[in-house]
Amino acid sequence: MYTGKILESMKRLEATRGERLHQEIPLLSPDDRQSLLEGFHPDYKEAIFRTLKVGPSKGERTPKEFADVFEAYSAIDPAKFDLSSVDLDVDVLVVGGGGAGAAAALVAQEHGANVLLVTKLRLGDSNTVMAQGGIQGADKENDSPAIHYLDVMGGGRYFNDPKLVEALVSDAPDVLAWLERLGVMFDKEPDGTMTTIHGGGTSRMRMHAARDYTGGEMMKTLRDEVLNHDVPIMEFAAAYELLTDGKKVTGAVLYNMETEEYLIVRAKTVILATGGGGRLHVSGFPTTNHYGATADGLVLGYRVGAPLTFMDTIQYHPTGAAFPEQILGQLVTEKVRSIGGQITNVDGNRFIYELETRDVEAAAVIRECLGKKKGVETPSGQPAVWLDTPIIEVLHGAGTIKKRLPAMFRQYERFGIDMSEVPILIYPTQHYQNGGLKIDAHCETKVKNLYASGEAAGGVHGRNRLMGNSLLDVIVFGRRAGAAAAERAAGIKRAGKLSLDHLSKFHKELKSARVGKGRISPMLLPEYRRPEAAKKKINALA
Amino acid sequence: MASEMVTIYVMGKAYEVPRDLTIMKAMEYAGYRFIRGCGCRGAFCGACGTVYRTKDDYRLKVGLACQEMVQDEMYLAEIPFFPGNKATYNVDKLKPNSETVLKLYPEVFRCLSCNACTKACPQDIEVMEYVQAALRGDIEKAADLSFDCILCGLCASRCPAEIVQYNVALLCRRLYSAKIAPRAKHLDKRVKAVKRGKFDKELAKLMKMKKSQLAKLYSEREIQKAD
Ligand SMILES: Cc1cc2nc3c(=O)[nH]c(=O)nc-3n(C[C@H](O)[C@H](O)[C@H](O)COP(=O)(O)OP(=O)(O)OC[C@H]3O[C@@H](n4cnc5c(N)ncnc54)[C@H](O)[C@@H]3O)c2cc1C
Ligand code: SF4
Ligand code: SF4
Ligand code: FES
Repeated sequence: MYTGKILESMKRLEATRGERLHQEIPLLSPDDRQSLLEGFHPDYKEAIFRTLKVGPSKGERTPKEFADVFEAYSAIDPAKFDLSSVDLDVDVLVVGGGGAGAAAALVAQEHGANVLLVTKLRLGDSNTVMAQGGIQGADKENDSPAIHYLDVMGGGRYFNDPKLVEALVSDAPDVLAWLERLGVMFDKEPDGTMTTIHGGGTSRMRMHAARDYTGGEMMKTLRDEVLNHDVPIMEFAAAYELLTDGKKVTGAVLYNMETEEYLIVRAKTVILATGGGGRLHVSGFPTTNHYGATADGLVLGYRVGAPLTFMDTIQYHPTGAAFPEQILGQLVTEKVRSIGGQITNVDGNRFIYELETRDVEAAAVIRECLGKKKGVETPSGQPAVWLDTPIIEVLHGAGTIKKRLPAMFRQYERFGIDMSEVPILIYPTQHYQNGGLKIDAHCETKVKNLYASGEAAGGVHGRNRLMGNSLLDVIVFGRRAGAAAAERAAGIKRAGKLSLDHLSKFHKELKSARVGKGRISPMLLPEYRRPEAAKKKINALA
Repeated sequence: MASEMVTIYVMGKAYEVPRDLTIMKAMEYAGYRFIRGCGCRGAFCGACGTVYRTKDDYRLKVGLACQEMVQDEMYLAEIPFFPGNKATYNVDKLKPNSETVLKLYPEVFRCLSCNACTKACPQDIEVMEYVQAALRGDIEKAADLSFDCILCGLCASRCPAEIVQYNVALLCRRLYSAKIAPRAKHLDKRVKAVKRGKFDKELAKLMKMKKSQLAKLYSEREIQKAD
């Protein structure tokens, strides 16, 4: 499989395996960590950012790709748009069919609300279904929500919103129990004790998993539950714009992805659970995210006046696939390192403790390749370092990888690489949006009756999220949003008038900031057609 | 780096595409913009089931467009949706046995043991084995064997008995996990402790701390040794 220089480098890695087996590398000191981040983490590169000139977070900086969708016009012309006939009238409109959306819809319905869940692709096509590694929760004797709290805050560099973190760690046991009751197949000991391991930045072993399909198993179960409860859902229906009565959110414009027809929904409350923005490809990084991760919810919320927070920090996962090219950017789960996988350079030497937080780990890989020139060069020119996977089998016995990491194993096997016998090549990839819409502990944004939860919201994880806290986040805050939005809706007789006045205002601001008319958002889907093919088209059926 | 080109037929229409692409990327190269048939792009969501045939071979093959590489003279069509039967139920009220499975999915009885499903599965799951296990009432085995299922529907598309294997599997996994696997007792204990407010004080203290105090606690915190 590997040839030439790569093969030679692999031999060197194999030669050092014995001495690496019991080699201990200490965690970096806070100072070393900081200087590593400042030197090599993309978040510290001024050139990739732009300061927003328009909207509720004016003056704050965000990567250019995000700024481009925030500072953009709607394809709807508010002056001409007909809002007179309402197609659907609901209590709670849930936007997004991932973990947060499904949990919100179930709980809102349980609270007696008349719910509609709309999603851009199919129910479950999401980042949630792709999560492999696990979900955190302090449920063991040697652990507590307080210890979990400290880990979350430390991971987030103490910028996290304490109220949101408190909610996260306090709800965690109940969330796990809820999922267990619903029939999520967690890894367990024969007596029912949850099997838990470490993740980057955890001080206790509190990572729960369902083999290496944790998010998939959760999503399949939640989706089944949404269907069993007959929650009204609409697939291939994107939320394209929110509607307000001038102040409060009162509904949304939906866009049928297939027929291109729009629908007007009147809703007493709206929950944005639209997930992240990996498909914006910040600085051209590849991404682990699903096809619909284009930050639409942030755009919609921003236009009605909901401020964003922490949009200047993106999580790059340290171990994205760097080879073969067909899977470039796809996730190699952190669990590979949690159970003993080691990162080495071209000479087979380790250069960082494997369970540092992700930002530090990613920066260390970038430094090794770009700074120290100790990376392995792949045929496509993509730099990489090794992730020694066979060492896992040495540590835990033959067959461990196939048993505990079946998804990973299969991924590589499809391309002829047996990762239990040979190491794999990795490089950081755009993974998680640390920031998002600013919310309170009930998930309400700064705009009344507009809620946000999951990856679309920001503040829970501060400047850096730990693995396993996001699957937890989506259920904790999905449920909270569902309950709060349903309760609020119960007190509203009828949603107010439906208007796009906020959009007219926003468009005016864009114009005075001299933003060109050509920039349109939300993006809905990324453009991956061959550029020549995408450009050479006639809008003949318009 | 120019790569070698091959001809693929997307729903019968020919396109020249580079050989080293997956079916999904090849279709995008050709100019298709997916709305259906593309979800995760990484073998997790099952949105991209594809049926294809290669030249001079009568056999129909199936695979995931996001994983399968193109081949020269490949004739393909995606099946982005499969209208499979899905029962509705309340897991809480079900017993984990074969009666439950057969009541909700009586068609499981009709399995001919032809193994077409297993041959179709892009996840290399022993699909027929889990269907048979479900039929026998061995819910644990059905759950275990089917665990890696991504609901792509390719098995069902090939089943002469019109069984919707993946929905049967999902039922079994939920039954096993909710009704057979022993509950995590430490979890219930912790849920009760949280409700009683056992951790409130400690959390309140942490929430009031300044960054420097937290940082000190953080760097001094004890890290559990992995076993
Ligand atoms: C490969 C991968 C592995 C991961 N592993 C882990 C892990 O091990 N542990 C962990 O804790 N976290 C992990 N994460 C992170 C975690 O999975 C996500 O952050 C989390 O699942 C996000 O859930 P969500 O419900 O907020 O968003 P999503 O699950 O992404 O759902 C968002 C939904 O909204 C829909 N949508 C988007 N725009 C619109 C629109 N305009 N209108 C209608 N619908 C729309 C999307 O199509 C999607 O269905 C991983 C993420 C990835 C990508
Ligand atoms: S069992 Fe069926 S639905 Fe599940 S992955 Fe295999 S072929 Fe797809
Ligand atoms: S394809 Fe259908 S009939 Fe054949 S073995 Fe599978 S489930 Fe049974
Ligand atoms: S796109 Fe999700 S499995 Fe292929």
